[in-house]
Amino acid sequence: MALVLNEEQRLLQDTARDFLAERAPVEALRKLRDARDDTGYDPALWREMCELGWASITLPEAYGGLEFGFAGLGLVIEQSGRTLTASPLFASAVLGASAILLGGSEQQKEQWLPAIAAGEVTTALALEESHHHRPQQIDTTLTPAGDGYTLNGSKCFVLDGHSADQLLVVARSSGERDSRDGLSLVLLPRDSAGVSVQRTIMADSRNAANIRFEQVNVPAEAVIGEAGAAWPVLEAVLDRGRVAMAAEMLGLAKESFERTVAYLKERKQFGALIGSFQALQHRAAQIQVELELCQSVVLQALSVVDEQPEQLPLMASLAKAKLNELAKRVTNEAVQMHGGIGVTDELEIGFFLKRARVAMQILGDTGFHKDRYASLCGY
Amino acid sequence: MEQLETFRSEVRQWLEDNCPQSQRSLAAPEEQYWGGRQGSFASEDARLWFERMRERGWTAPEWPTAYGGGGLNPQQARILKEEMKRINARTPLYSLGIWMLGPALLEYGNEAQKQQHIRAIVNGEIRWCQGYSEPGSGSDLASLQTRAEDMGDHYLVNGSKIWTTSADKSDWIFCLVRTDPAAKKQEGISFLLIDMASPGVSVTPIELISGESEFCQTFFDNVKVPKENLVGELNKGWSIAKALLVHERKLMSEMGSDSPREQVPPTVAAREYLPFEDGKIADAQLRSDLVDYEMQMQAIALTHFRTFEERAAKVHSAAPLVMKYAGTEAEKVKSELLLAIMGSRGLGWEGEGFSASELDTLRLWAMSKAMTIAGGTSEVQLNVIAKNALQLPQS
Ligand SMILES: Cc1cc2nc3c(=O)[nH]c(=O)nc-3n(C[C@H](O)[C@H](O)[C@H](O)COP(=O)(O)OP(=O)(O)OC[C@H]3O[C@@H](n4cnc5c(N)ncnc54)[C@H](O)[C@@H]3O)c2cc1C
Ligand SMILES: Cc1cc2nc3c(=O)[nH]c(=O)nc-3n(C[C@H](O)[C@H](O)[C@H](O)COP(=O)(O)OP(=O)(O)OC[C@H]3O[C@@H](n4cnc5c(N)ncnc54)[C@H](O)[C@@H]3O)c2cc1C
Repeated sequence: MALVLNEEQRLLQDTARDFLAERAPVEALRKLRDARDDTGYDPALWREMCELGWASITLPEAYGGLEFGFAGLGLVIEQSGRTLTASPLFASAVLGASAILLGGSEQQKEQWLPAIAAGEVTTALALEESHHHRPQQIDTTLTPAGDGYTLNGSKCFVLDGHSADQLLVVARSSGERDSRDGLSLVLLPRDSAGVSVQRTIMADSRNAANIRFEQVNVPAEAVIGEAGAAWPVLEAVLDRGRVAMAAEMLGLAKESFERTVAYLKERKQFGALIGSFQALQHRAAQIQVELELCQSVVLQALSVVDEQPEQLPLMASLAKAKLNELAKRVTNEAVQMHGGIGVTDELEIGFFLKRARVAMQILGDTGFHKDRYASLCGY
Repeated sequence: MEQLETFRSEVRQWLEDNCPQSQRSLAAPEEQYWGGRQGSFASEDARLWFERMRERGWTAPEWPTAYGGGGLNPQQARILKEEMKRINARTPLYSLGIWMLGPALLEYGNEAQKQQHIRAIVNGEIRWCQGYSEPGSGSDLASLQTRAEDMGDHYLVNGSKIWTTSADKSDWIFCLVRTDPAAKKQEGISFLLIDMASPGVSVTPIELISGESEFCQTFFDNVKVPKENLVGELNKGWSIAKALLVHERKLMSEMGSDSPREQVPPTVAAREYLPFEDGKIADAQLRSDLVDYEMQMQAIALTHFRTFEERAAKVHSAAPLVMKYAGTEAEKVKSELLLAIMGSRGLGWEGEGFSASELDTLRLWAMSKAMTIAGGTSEVQLNVIAKNALQLPQS
């Protein structure tokens, strides 16, 4: 059954929830922010998360994985949305591991997957080239040179781009600017000659970077899959990422909503708990309606990754669009319903508000996914 | 799992063998069979289909076989529903008795009442209507004033009910009546079954904005009701009414997916009525409205499935509580969207110049306005969610 958790899944969810609440609450993100931490996450914590198996949940046993399915990983990610935990979970365990699993050669899988699962290697997906998600608009070039290639171009909004060991770069081998044909995926060390990384400080206090590639030498074996034919793999990786991000936003939305509902039951004005005012009750109830719908959408999208990959494009766009809207609405209402303290840095609600805005842009905003959904449906 | 798959293939085969071809399409309102003393079949096939389904108890698939039901568990009932939907099989018997009264009687009725009424409902012999609302008591249902006085060997009922759907076509009415005027309002209400053939009962139809007169005002003038028609305990009718409302809301939230009328799906209407450019609807606003609606419907459909799975797994969530609101509000959005897509061709009221489906679209648009009022208004739904799901303080 896809829409109700089984015993094992519930156990995983509870473990993740307890661990993150204790070891990586929102307070931990505040500390990383205030200390202007160089890494942007706690590597010791990441190792512990890997010891719990979180980076290997979806991987086949042959590569040191747990084969627990994407649904399991989604539950962990949802919990990390409740605590806004900064970690390589998304960039490495979702994007990096999926790209190598779906597109890599046997040798690449053996080389990288166990290392990612163990937390020894982290990755970042260098995709975007403009301020909107346009996965086909790639100008970065990969041109044959000697036995390998030369990489030139620049990327922005690369999550974990300044901290990851390896960069997964989307580049064009051939074809028109907006074409799906001719794209390639290469994996190279971040410290390769010709790679320059500029860390960007963003609203959510998480990791992102701008990266330039100037005459970077890329050996032939660094190409994931076939050069010029990366689109099907890339699209599947992006869809997995979208579903995972939707799961994170579900956790984020639930947490900020629950905190707000709790506040409605404790704050008094006009001699009454503000939660007794119908103007607030109805808005909160409408959010509950949307939350229930979004819960079903995310559960279904997660199970589709494992069980019905042919439906993944449609479900990924449904999930990302719906959760974008939910996260925006909930975080706005959370601030508003807290009144004056809602706009203070002291209250953690502001962290949820800011993370939601960044998450909404990751791998496609609402308009992108509505357009894609409509196109996939033929209108 | 395997057993269920065997069940599915048996059901599929049985439907294949027993559902007449003519019964494998949406039923127009005049083709629906509602049973009762005035009930008639639109065709010989409709009768055949009804009788075959009744034989298996599948007019009420989940009810106990002891009273003529199908005795299916929730998973099996869902499979039957899915398999019927797969071939577009019509609902063999439309009935408030099945959807609303029956589940309450099975839970709260005594053995004699079950014997008298349940089988008659399954067999479509008696058609029921619902007598809750009154001119002065709508959302605030518990303020109802229709009186039932204890006269020793019977109750004497006086008052009137309003918005009684199909009262003029029904045989019996299940009513909420006040039996203790002195008690707190919820505590003086009883649940009473009344034969509408009793002297003193009269009905007047009311015309709606859709042009139909689906509902009536029902008057009770010194109506004598036998004491054995009281369901549950005296003055404890409110809890039965609440349990029954849950069934009504569930039903209404599913209405959209099982609408009896031919309403063109918006995506199909878009292809017929709108210009496309490069494979996309040219009007950006309508395209955006359409995708919003389609996404919402997919989310609602998934949530319906989730409620099924949760019920089977005995998991509790707030999902069932939000379905009436979400489903009926989405139906309104759909109707507005269809009018927008059809432009002036969606505005025909009757007669020449419009196709039957265009005319239906407008009538259903008018009906969609009623769905967020009937069975507890949308505002009342939000109150219920705030109270029961969020446990917000009450003023
Ligand atoms: C940027 C900023 C600058 C400010 N500057 C000043 C200043 O210079 N001097 C000063 O004195 N104050 C100042 N304030 C305070 C401001 O006036 C209060 O924040 C405001 O009146 C709301 O009160 P509250 O924060 O206590 O929220 P609350 O009153 O606790 O409200 C919390 C939530 O409950 C809702 N709510 C409350 N009552 C009802 C009701 N009856 N019906 C429905 N909903 C209700 C509110 O709309 C809100 O969403 C400032 C606030 C801000 C944000
Ligand atoms: C198609 C249809 C079929 C029906 N069939 C039947 C039937 O078979 N049997 C039967 O008994 N009844 C039936 N009804 C009646 C239905 O249950 C009532 O119409 C409904 O409960 C609302 O009551 P009302 O019409 O008196 O509106 P009111 O209760 O007067 O409501 C007027 C407005 O005030 C709002 N409002 C009321 N209270 C609150 C509150 N506390 N907070 C916020 N807003 C509030 C409402 O939401 C609404 O917008 C039917 C109604 C319709 C439309």
